[in-house]
Amino acid sequence: MNLKFLGTSGLVASMAVLAACSTTPEADEPIVETVERVEPIVEEPQFSPMELAVMELENEVGQRVFFGYDASNLQADAKAILVRQAEFLNRPGNEGIRILVAGNCDERGTREYNLALGNRRAEAVRGFLVGEGVSASRIETVSYGKERPLDPRSTPEAWAMNRNGTTTITSVGAMDELDTMGF
Amino acid sequence: MMRVAFLAFIAFLIPATTVAQVRIDITRGRTDPMPIAIPDYLSGFEEGFGEEVADVISNDLATSGLFAPVAEGAFIQDITNINVTPRFADWRVIGARVLLAGEVIPLEDGRVQINTRLWDVIGNQQVASVAYKTPRENWRRAAHKVADFVYSTLTGESGYFDSRIVYIGETGPKTARKKKLVIMDQDGHNPTTLTKGLPYNVLTPRFSPDEQEITYLAFFDDRPAKVYIFNIETGEQREVGEYPGMTFAPRFTPGGDELLVSFAIGANSDIAYLEPNSGRLRRLTTNPGIDVSPSMSPEGDRIAFASDRGGSQQIYVMNADGSGQRRITFGQGTYGTPVWSPRGDLIAFTRQHKNRFYIGVVNTDGSGERLLTEAYLVEGPTWSPNGRVLAFHREEYPGGPVRLYAIDLTGQNLRRLPTPTEASDPAWSPRLN
Repeated sequence: MNLKFLGTSGLVASMAVLAACSTTPEADEPIVETVERVEPIVEEPQFSPMELAVMELENEVGQRVFFGYDASNLQADAKAILVRQAEFLNRPGNEGIRILVAGNCDERGTREYNLALGNRRAEAVRGFLVGEGVSASRIETVSYGKERPLDPRSTPEAWAMNRNGTTTITSVGAMDELDTMGF
Repeated sequence: MMRVAFLAFIAFLIPATTVAQVRIDITRGRTDPMPIAIPDYLSGFEEGFGEEVADVISNDLATSGLFAPVAEGAFIQDITNINVTPRFADWRVIGARVLLAGEVIPLEDGRVQINTRLWDVIGNQQVASVAYKTPRENWRRAAHKVADFVYSTLTGESGYFDSRIVYIGETGPKTARKKKLVIMDQDGHNPTTLTKGLPYNVLTPRFSPDEQEITYLAFFDDRPAKVYIFNIETGEQREVGEYPGMTFAPRFTPGGDELLVSFAIGANSDIAYLEPNSGRLRRLTTNPGIDVSPSMSPEGDRIAFASDRGGSQQIYVMNADGSGQRRITFGQGTYGTPVWSPRGDLIAFTRQHKNRFYIGVVNTDGSGERLLTEAYLVEGPTWSPNGRVLAFHREEYPGGPVRLYAIDLTGQNLRRLPTPTEASDPAWSPRLN
């Protein structure tokens, strides 16, 4: 995903190298091939404040933390991600960002219990973020129980993937709108 | 949806002098199904109508596992008048124990009358007879009533064939399932989607005691799930109460005037009454653990629920006012979705242990636990109106399709309930009026 920020020139250059490699001659005589260097037209992508915030959360900060089976305690790696989420949300200019934290469960539990467990996970994430200084009023929570698996398989890997708290941005708020209006 | 009481009960004649000797004991673990001969109903209507009536009755009785319909090809006597004593020997010799002979006759007001006689072909006597008047298009329901008549006459317990089941019809990939509310007759006929065009998924439906309403969970992507009530007659649906957090796991009280629900308060989930008109919550549990899946006893004096307050999720029982909370299961693994039997004597549950799920029952004091069936996933038992059969959903192997199944309380006769799509969360109606 970071490729987006590399620009397209690097991408074209590496493709050219690949192309050269793949034409390695099988015959005896050497083939001299000149790869014409084309200057790519680089267009700066235009992203909305929402798109920029979503990309940063998903690609750099990390939007998802994972839980143990039937557990809602935050492990060290989860806390590290949530510290970054809090830093992102607390950064000047980002105060208007509002988030939805969804708690998810694997399929090894009843539907009703997992709705309660997913709620517990979402609240664990919210509680940690609030502890890191994010205003509780900016955080909404929802439990999906076992209804929204990321990975549809029934394997230990899929179960681990599906036990998560997922943060998504619901709005970037008034601050960003003010920015784009030239304030 | 139509739900009009139009079955006029005419006669139920058990000769006072003869106690019916022909009898099925449904409390035993395994009984040989009783051979029953069900000739096509006599009818003045189009070819095949009387056969359809007999087929509905025959299918009901056969799926109960208590009856074995005798193959029609073996029949010797051709019944031409159900009011004439049959030649019992002709039915004995083909292995029948009882004979069900019936007719459909048109009435002057446009309705039909369905007359049925049940004969004991070994005792050489009529066991009982019954007649129903009904609009002709309602013949299928009348046939279910005839099956209930046979079941109750021969087992001594009320039947469950004239009943319906709501469930969740599931379509689409597991990562983005569409879940709709569907209602069907108990035998799988007339499946009708009730929540067409609603912008949310539906989970865990349950009937009101009068069968006019269904409470369910409305599941949203962008906000917490909410308890709703759906009116079958009008098709209207509404959120119950305005609690800002999640309300879930709804179930009507036996009186039908209130719901029992779980509600999320912070990271905690507790149990409360939810009054449908005022939307007021009356909290019953305050434990910091997850308290979920309340189900009230038919007498209305006690509530079973699941809680993980003791570490693992187990079943608890409390009084109707929330007092006297006590744990009743102590087995390995976890227990969830307790459902009080309509007879009041048992609690059905979902148990989970080492990546297998089980459906079981336990006495209300926690004694006598029995597991009835298991699979990769079996979940959410619901009782037949007579408390003799449990329906639930089942995923036989990891990643397999999810389907509705039923099993007898004896642990016998596991069978699939036919649905046009994958299906989950069945809820059996009360007995229809």
